[in-house]
Parts: sequence; structure tokens; C-alpha cells
Amino acid sequence: MRLTATGLRCVRGGREIFDGLDFMAEAGEALAVVGANGAGKTSLLRLIAGLIAPAGGTLALDGGGADLSVAERAHYLGHRDALKSALSVTENLAFWRAALGGATANLDTALKAVGLDHIADLPAAYLSAGQRRRLSIARLLAVRRPLWLLDEPTSSLDAGGQAMMADLMRDHLGGGGIIVAATHLPLGIAARQLRIGERVS
Amino acid sequence: MTALAALVRRDIQVALRVGGGALIGVLFFLTVVVLMPFAVGPDLALLKKLGPAILWLGALLASLLTLDRLFAADHDDGSLDLLTMSRTPLELICLAKAVAHWLVAGLPLIVATPILGLLLNLDTDATVAVALTLLAGTPALTFTGMIGAALAVALRRGGLLLAVLVLPLSIPVLIFGVAAANAAVIEPAGFGAPFSILCALSLAGLVIGPLAAAASLRHGLD
Repeated sequence: MRLTATGLRCVRGGREIFDGLDFMAEAGEALAVVGANGAGKTSLLRLIAGLIAPAGGTLALDGGGADLSVAERAHYLGHRDALKSALSVTENLAFWRAALGGATANLDTALKAVGLDHIADLPAAYLSAGQRRRLSIARLLAVRRPLWLLDEPTSSLDAGGQAMMADLMRDHLGGGGIIVAATHLPLGIAARQLRIGERVS
Repeated sequence: MTALAALVRRDIQVALRVGGGALIGVLFFLTVVVLMPFAVGPDLALLKKLGPAILWLGALLASLLTLDRLFAADHDDGSLDLLTMSRTPLELICLAKAVAHWLVAGLPLIVATPILGLLLNLDTDATVAVALTLLAGTPALTFTGMIGAALAVALRRGGLLLAVLVLPLSIPVLIFGVAAANAAVIEPAGFGAPFSILCALSLAGLVIGPLAAAASLRHGLD
């Protein structure tokens, strides 16, 4: 499996964010997207996730379910956590497991892996920011998708949570997955840096 | 298929629980219809004549009121992003959301109609006829409203834009809905034609609504 981007161009609100972006990531490899605020880290992740149409260039994920689009083989962990406050922890996770489609894993195992199994029946409204983040991360485990697109994955996680996330990412890479993460903080895993937003004038 | 069932179930659960707002539409409908006899006065003949129109107007405005948040809530919390990344086509996702919305916001209006018919001096036959036209016509309101809701999300304008976009599209539904209901009250022979057109509008909405809503959501992604 290999994620290849050639000459990616992104324009938002009439302003060019980046142009001519090339990168490649092999199975088992993590890319850390770094750059200043507004450099286009989130835009790049959303572009790979199919949530923004690229203004130019191509993006391909070769190998393994080639009849599916890149977005359908990717998990996107964004700033907004896609949780419904009225539903319990388990109900939120069960919904995304059924709705996303693809190979699934056991719900309890996923909740245990992120340390939320003791509050499985609590409505999401009562979760702290870190717990909401953990529940979002459980989604990555409940449905198996090879490409993880993580936007500041460790934000609002405590030290234990950051170590847990690093372990989960390591497991994912070990299983032949690919991670593209936008972050200002150290990820805790070996990752190749992809620097964006620095113009050569 | 499980994905769609899960989506319908989630939307219904969210709507029925605290803060979900499933009852807002039906409460608004009750208020409008209950106030009408006080505004019109104790003229039973006039009330009976206006009854079907009042019920239909109430249902139209009530469904508009609740359609506003159909996609906006999912857009605001990021669910819409993930739904577009699911392996289920966005058109079917829109259809599932419309079905869930109709079940929690449209169906209660129809259930409430017989009680409200009493307030408007409608006899049993007329009330049943109005309920039947609402049953046939409210899906069309939901589907046209869904297009407006999707556009409102894509254009990042809520509330009033939805009403301005959707109300003109709802006029045919209103005309044929009230025509069929009135025909049932005055002369049952004329019921068939407008009722058939009403059903046709709902069926057309069933096809066009999800396609148009999905297209506008895709266009509005960013």
C-alpha cells in the first residue's frame, strides 16, 4: 500500500494555500505534517479525506481495495469530534462503527483500548475534552481503515493518553497502515516530516 | 443497509432525547391550530370551511421549523464530514436522514390531526381526509425542505434562507393538499385527482430530494 500525491494544489476562499505539493508514504510509514498556523496542515488532511476538492494534482492510494476511493479507506480525526451529546459513549461508537462501513472490531475492545470502558453508558454530554478525544480515537479502532488522517491527535490528551495514542499509532503502522498527522507536538512515534507552507521566493 | 438503519436509529434517538427538539414541530402545530378558532371567532361554518387549509398551513410551517437543523447539527459537530467519508452513497444517507426526520417530525403532525379537527368543527370523515392528505403530502414537504436545508449548510446561512428557498417550492404541495382535503369535505367525487397529484409530488420528491441535497452538500464541503 502506498499513498502518493503529485503536484497537489489547494485553493480556499480564492487564496492559494499550497501548490505543487509532492509526497509519498509507504505502508507502515508515518508522515508528520508540520508548518506554521495557516500553512494548510488541516487543509491538506481534509483534501486527502476528500472533504475539499483539490484545485490541481493527483492523489492515489495504491493496493488493497482499489475500487474504493481514498476517502473510503481513510479515517479522519479532526477538531470536531462528531459525537452526539444525547447518546451514550457506546451508542456513539456503535453508530460510527455501523455507519462508516468496512471491517469492524469489537466495541468493548476499542473502548478498553482508549480507557473509556468504565463509562460506557455515560451520555457524551458529560465527557471532558480529553475523554471526547479518546472516544474519537476509539472510532479509529472500531472500524479498520488503512489510512489515518490525524489533525492534532494528541491535543487535550493527558500524558497517559499521549502514550496510549503513540502505542495505537505504532500498532497501526505495524499492521501495514499509513498515518498522516498534522501536529505541533511530538507524536511519540518515528515519523518523516513533511513541511508545508514555506515559499521559495 | 446496516449503515442506513443505524443512521435512522441515531437521528430518531437524538431527536427524542433531551434537547432533541422532536416535539417542537408538533407543539408549534398545536399552537397555530388552537389559536385559529380564537382569531376567526365562534363561526362554526366558517371554521369548518377554513379547517383543512389551517391544518395544512400549520403542518407546512411546523415542518419548516424543524427542517432547519436537519444537516446543520451534523455539520456543526463534524458528523457530516465522516458521513461523506462512509462507504454508503451520500444520496442514500440524505434519504435516511429525511426518513428519520419524517418519522419524528412529520408523523406526529398526522397523529395530532384528529384531535385538532375537533377544534375546527371538522366531522370524522373530513378529519380522516385531512389526515390522509397530510400522510400523502408531508413527505413531499420533508424532501423539498431537505434540499433547502442542504443548501443552507452549503451556503452557511441558516434560518430565514431555508424559508425563502423552500416555501415557494412547497406551494404546489399546499395547493393540492388543501384541494384534496376540501374536496373530501365538500364533494367526495373530486378527491381522487388532487390526491393523486399529491402522491406524485411526494414520489417525485423522494427521487429528486436526496439527489439534490447530496449534490449541494458535496458542493458545499470544505
